[in-house]
Amino acid sequence: MIKVKDINFYYGDFQALKNISIKIKPNTVTAFIGPSGCGKSTFLRLFNRMNDLIPDTRLEGECLIDGKNIYSNSVDVDKLRKNVGMVFQKPNPFPKSIFENVAYGLRVNGTKDKKKIAQRVEESLVSAALWDEVKDKLNKSAFELSGGQQQRLCIARALAVNPSVLLMDEPASALDPISTSKIEELIHQLKENYTIVIVTHNMQQAARVSDKTGFFMLGELIEYSETKKMFLNPEKETTQNYITGRFG
Amino acid sequence: MTTLKHNEQELLYLKEEINQMWKLVISQVTKAKQALLNNDVDLAMEIIKFEKRVDGLELKIDSNCEHYIALYSPVAIDLRFVLSIMKISITLERIADYAAGVAHYVTDKDCHDFTSKMKETLEIERMFDLLLNMLTDSLLAFNSENAKNAGKILSKDKEVNKIFEKGIDKLLEQLKKESNDIKCGLNMIMTIRKMERIGDHCSNIVEEIVFFVEAKVLKHKGKNK
Repeated sequence: MIKVKDINFYYGDFQALKNISIKIKPNTVTAFIGPSGCGKSTFLRLFNRMNDLIPDTRLEGECLIDGKNIYSNSVDVDKLRKNVGMVFQKPNPFPKSIFENVAYGLRVNGTKDKKKIAQRVEESLVSAALWDEVKDKLNKSAFELSGGQQQRLCIARALAVNPSVLLMDEPASALDPISTSKIEELIHQLKENYTIVIVTHNMQQAARVSDKTGFFMLGELIEYSETKKMFLNPEKETTQNYITGRFG
Repeated sequence: MTTLKHNEQELLYLKEEINQMWKLVISQVTKAKQALLNNDVDLAMEIIKFEKRVDGLELKIDSNCEHYIALYSPVAIDLRFVLSIMKISITLERIADYAAGVAHYVTDKDCHDFTSKMKETLEIERMFDLLLNMLTDSLLAFNSENAKNAGKILSKDKEVNKIFEKGIDKLLEQLKKESNDIKCGLNMIMTIRKMERIGDHCSNIVEEIVFFVEAKVLKHKGKNK
């Protein structure tokens, strides 16, 4: 369970997130939508403390994952990021083989048993729906894969270290419709074992993949509800204007 | 002046088309009333001829709604609007079928005397007036996106049902008294049954308007009580 309580986030003097509180249930897909600059990606990056890497930022409030405040001093950020994996807009495989890309996290975390690593690489590639396409060329460079395959490889890489939460920041925006559809199908399958939080500009994608949707605007969470309700009968007029394209 | 976005323009076309169909159906039902009350065969023939035009509009609206859904992937109020238009156009087409059914009864000149004898007892005019009120009030509600009169419109269907039930009793009474009236009596039963069905379809339209405007589903509520 992810619980966010009264979060305010600042880039210098600029307040990017305003008083946000939500709960995200385990094994669900939650989508965040909203216009550019609304704060949705900033909000997503809170869950694995990626915003810590940006200078002159400040956070108020609490973000709890499985009851622990991930911003408390005792938290090991590396461990947190192992538990909360992330996939970015553009596929970013390492300049290594397909196998080594997936094995990377395991090796960094100290796993040395080759058999165990090979087993986990296979499991992760299977979970990322990529195994059948790459099983005969595991030693080839990851750059030889198509964009869609590279993105699924990045998902496999995140899954290899057994996270419980997977963050996706516009994971299909650079992909063609077939690859997009594979990623969406994968999101459906991964939900069984992971809690998924996705940021997308594609509202139809949010509607297709998520159980709950949050609509952000100007740093505020305007509406957070069941996806079916949000896209059939949103509570707020601002949400309706945005999702029907009348906004702005 | 605000310029409409392409998407809004398309929705406006759909609204214009369903208005055109709605008005044509109101006209068909109005003519059915006149034709039945006046035994007007020419008018009845006109209704039958115009039925094809209603069918054509239904197909056009259906196709335009499909295109809109395919091209614009509507959500929220736009989705409810298009879904309601698709269902309303099917319902309007059925109402027009029933109006044509009434017209077919009028074309049988053998029953004109029977109609003249029974029309007041059966409250034909009152029944038609209620149906036409339901159709025009629902069109107003749709265009103004205001469902606050839904209850009033639906209550008219109950009145139509009462008139229909009384009418059936009166027709059976008449048929027991006068066996020569059997053919026209049975046809008249089917005719007022068609009028009663128009009322039911008007209720369905109102339910669609409530869904479009308020996202509430009234369908099948209270039927099992």
